[in-house]
Amino acid sequence: MNTNPPALPPLLLDNPRLDQWVSFPEPGRVTVSTGRVEIGQGVLTAMLQIAAEELDVAPDRIRLQTGDTDLTPNEGYTAGSQSIQFGGVALRLACAEVRGLFLDHAAAAFGYARADLAMRDGRVTRGGAPTGHDYWSLAAAIDLTRHASGRAAIKRASEHQVVGRSAPRVDLAAKVFGMPVFVHDMAKDGMVHARVVRQPRRGAKIAAVNEAAIRRAAKSPVEILRDGNFLAILGADETGVEAAAAVAPGHVSWDGVDPINPAQEEARWLLQQPSIDRVVGAPPAQPAPAATRREATYTRMHIAHASIAPSCAMALYEGGRLEVWTHTQGVYPLKAALARTLKLDPGAISVKHVQGPGCYGHNGADDAAADAAVIAVRKPGIPIRVRWRREEEFGFEPVSPAMVTTVHATLDSAGHPIDWTTEIWSGRHSSRPGGGGNLLAAEALPDPPPAPPPTESSNPPGAGTRNGEPLYDFPQKRIHHHLIAETPVRTSSLRGLGATLNVFAIESFMDELALEAGADPVAYRLAVLADPRARAVIEKVAAMSGWQAGLPSGTGKGRGIAFARYKNLAAYAAVVAEVEVEESVRVTRVWCAADAGLVINPDGATNQLEGGIVQAVSWALKEGVRLDTAGISSRDWETYPVIKFSEVPEIAVELVGAVSDNPPLGVGEASGGPTVAAIGNAVAHALGARLRDLPLTRERVMAALLKG
Amino acid sequence: MVRFPASEKAMPTTSLTVNGNAVSVSADSDTPLLDVLRNHLGLVGTRFGCGAEQCGSCMVLIDGNPEKSCGKALSTVAGKAVLTIEGLGTPEHPHPLQQAFLDEQAGQCGYCLSGILMSAKALLDKNASPSRREIAAALDDNICRCGSHPRILRAIERAAFEMREGAGR
Repeated sequence: MNTNPPALPPLLLDNPRLDQWVSFPEPGRVTVSTGRVEIGQGVLTAMLQIAAEELDVAPDRIRLQTGDTDLTPNEGYTAGSQSIQFGGVALRLACAEVRGLFLDHAAAAFGYARADLAMRDGRVTRGGAPTGHDYWSLAAAIDLTRHASGRAAIKRASEHQVVGRSAPRVDLAAKVFGMPVFVHDMAKDGMVHARVVRQPRRGAKIAAVNEAAIRRAAKSPVEILRDGNFLAILGADETGVEAAAAVAPGHVSWDGVDPINPAQEEARWLLQQPSIDRVVGAPPAQPAPAATRREATYTRMHIAHASIAPSCAMALYEGGRLEVWTHTQGVYPLKAALARTLKLDPGAISVKHVQGPGCYGHNGADDAAADAAVIAVRKPGIPIRVRWRREEEFGFEPVSPAMVTTVHATLDSAGHPIDWTTEIWSGRHSSRPGGGGNLLAAEALPDPPPAPPPTESSNPPGAGTRNGEPLYDFPQKRIHHHLIAETPVRTSSLRGLGATLNVFAIESFMDELALEAGADPVAYRLAVLADPRARAVIEKVAAMSGWQAGLPSGTGKGRGIAFARYKNLAAYAAVVAEVEVEESVRVTRVWCAADAGLVINPDGATNQLEGGIVQAVSWALKEGVRLDTAGISSRDWETYPVIKFSEVPEIAVELVGAVSDNPPLGVGEASGGPTVAAIGNAVAHALGARLRDLPLTRERVMAALLKG
Repeated sequence: MVRFPASEKAMPTTSLTVNGNAVSVSADSDTPLLDVLRNHLGLVGTRFGCGAEQCGSCMVLIDGNPEKSCGKALSTVAGKAVLTIEGLGTPEHPHPLQQAFLDEQAGQCGYCLSGILMSAKALLDKNASPSRREIAAALDDNICRCGSHPRILRAIERAAFEMREGAGR
């Protein structure tokens, strides 16, 4: 046992009462609450393991409550690879304190020596023998409304029985057997289906609606609901409502829709925009001689979340209370945003998380919930189910902003950087609804809220600037950030945020500098990297992949390596990619070594790293949102292609230092940036020419080859 | 409900077999099979993904062939046998594919899995020993966005092996 310092983790400060985390509702059962929600990442299983471990109860005794504004702690958003690193650590400490309180009480009440007592599956043992006391018999005597002290002793990794094991996911069986697990599958008596006819753009005003044409398409009775510029089609028959919604955009005309510039789908337009500028780090002491300076510029298009299903929500307004079922990442922030939009008392709103399609950031989930809520308060007593259309999700979800990153380095005589600047141009990476802005329904209703101001979080972790500072030991390094306030389309967070392009830029440039120095890319990195955990993952992935220095380039086959520590404070990941390039790029194999500190569920962490790799291969080779004058034009899977099964490489992932007393580090976003960068480096090795603009499409390969 | 009547007119009745059971459905003949399954028969295991036959979330077997149910009008399946994920297996009696997906922990959000399992079932019915490449090709009409592909491919190989072993016992 070790003793934690009494400094409480932030989430325990926000939710200090122990009964907000743990309660004993009936004999043999434990209720554990977490504000974190299942978005496909397996967090339910990991939280269950953490609670079972520190409470010393069998996992199947635990009922997990998640993401419910009536029941669970307020943990903000399930985002940023922070669920285990912060939410799990808070839960662990709360559970450890509860266990300790019960054992303290048993010692005091029955005259046992405290050191002789332990908990075994919820039962108090003394010297290993049962005492007849357990959590449930003692629960009445112990006040869990008290605040956490943060002084509880948590277990060491060597004592773990449940944590550190690859427990099977608690949510998977229901999915494999096709059970109604998703919010899309909810049904309520008297339920009405609704679809919204979206404003083409913020500020657009309805000029005319051909209601007769919309009704004709439905073939079944529908109601057309309009308030300001919010327009919805309602009906009991989903097939009819869907058919009406499919034709409706062609039967509504709008005023105040300014065309956008489709050329802005490529990122370099950002360089000409007014920006809000910020420097992180000290300016260079002296301008360096031109001969020692190097720079290169890398870009990325807008990227869609492209969740497998469009967003969905249910809402019911009855007796002055609003209930909303949603796959939002943040039930509490959504509740606040709904209260402001609907001018309701927050106390009259309950927001409950129900699982949805895999979520990789701020997609349409919150907007769909707002749609359902806005309709529900206008139709009291009727459950309203809103399911977005596929083209609506692609066309109106916030996308990850296009970005440009230029890396400037000053080299010493050995060709190593002594001064490094990462200069970043990007639209905002966060526009979650929070206090009430940025819900599409709110923008369409009369008296819309002002557009939310552009924001950027400080470093680390940063948002657009995330991973803008390399972890390498360069004597001087800084970030120049140009936050672009006006973007052609709505933008917000996507897995990795700015780290994806910044890691691509930094790690590509490291390879370019290594090439110039005549050095092997692995050796070049290790020469400027002291952090032992960073070195360990690079050395590990080199060994896993059988990395060989000095293989010839330009053969059509190539290998590349890349490394990052996500946010510079979460998991470390190093990746080697192997590619074959003819006219287009094929990624054949990927190896990844990651250090995520103490790993709660090794298979779960591996699954996240693998998923991140596959998604990053898709980003690197295929993905970019297309624009036309009306907005996003890539509104289906043919115009926004993602990776297919036959394009997925062989993947090997290993966890380094998973059984340790190092704190757990968020792993969900750790492999993406390094994978994109490793592919870029492998392509450069295969071609003998560098591609600096993502995605690495056939057209870009051909252009690079022609340029020579 | 007065305000939202489900229909104003008498609907034609279509007969088909779903998961071995004869069913009659009163609905417009051009209602997508997916809507019939989810909204008329309460079989929500077949998921809506795109409504445009592009993602495979709604894959079912029609007379043994994998088909995207969002694009199949009810009239086209009259008299045919439809198999959905609910008919593949149950927790008590899982299909070897379902057991293999659990054994390999093949999934993240799981939204695509119903459709992928049905595509895999159609493959293994025709080819008991598919190569990795053949499995991947058979799944190219199914999108998985979470990146569970390596596990899904392993699970299908495992199921094929188990089924061959089972058949040989």
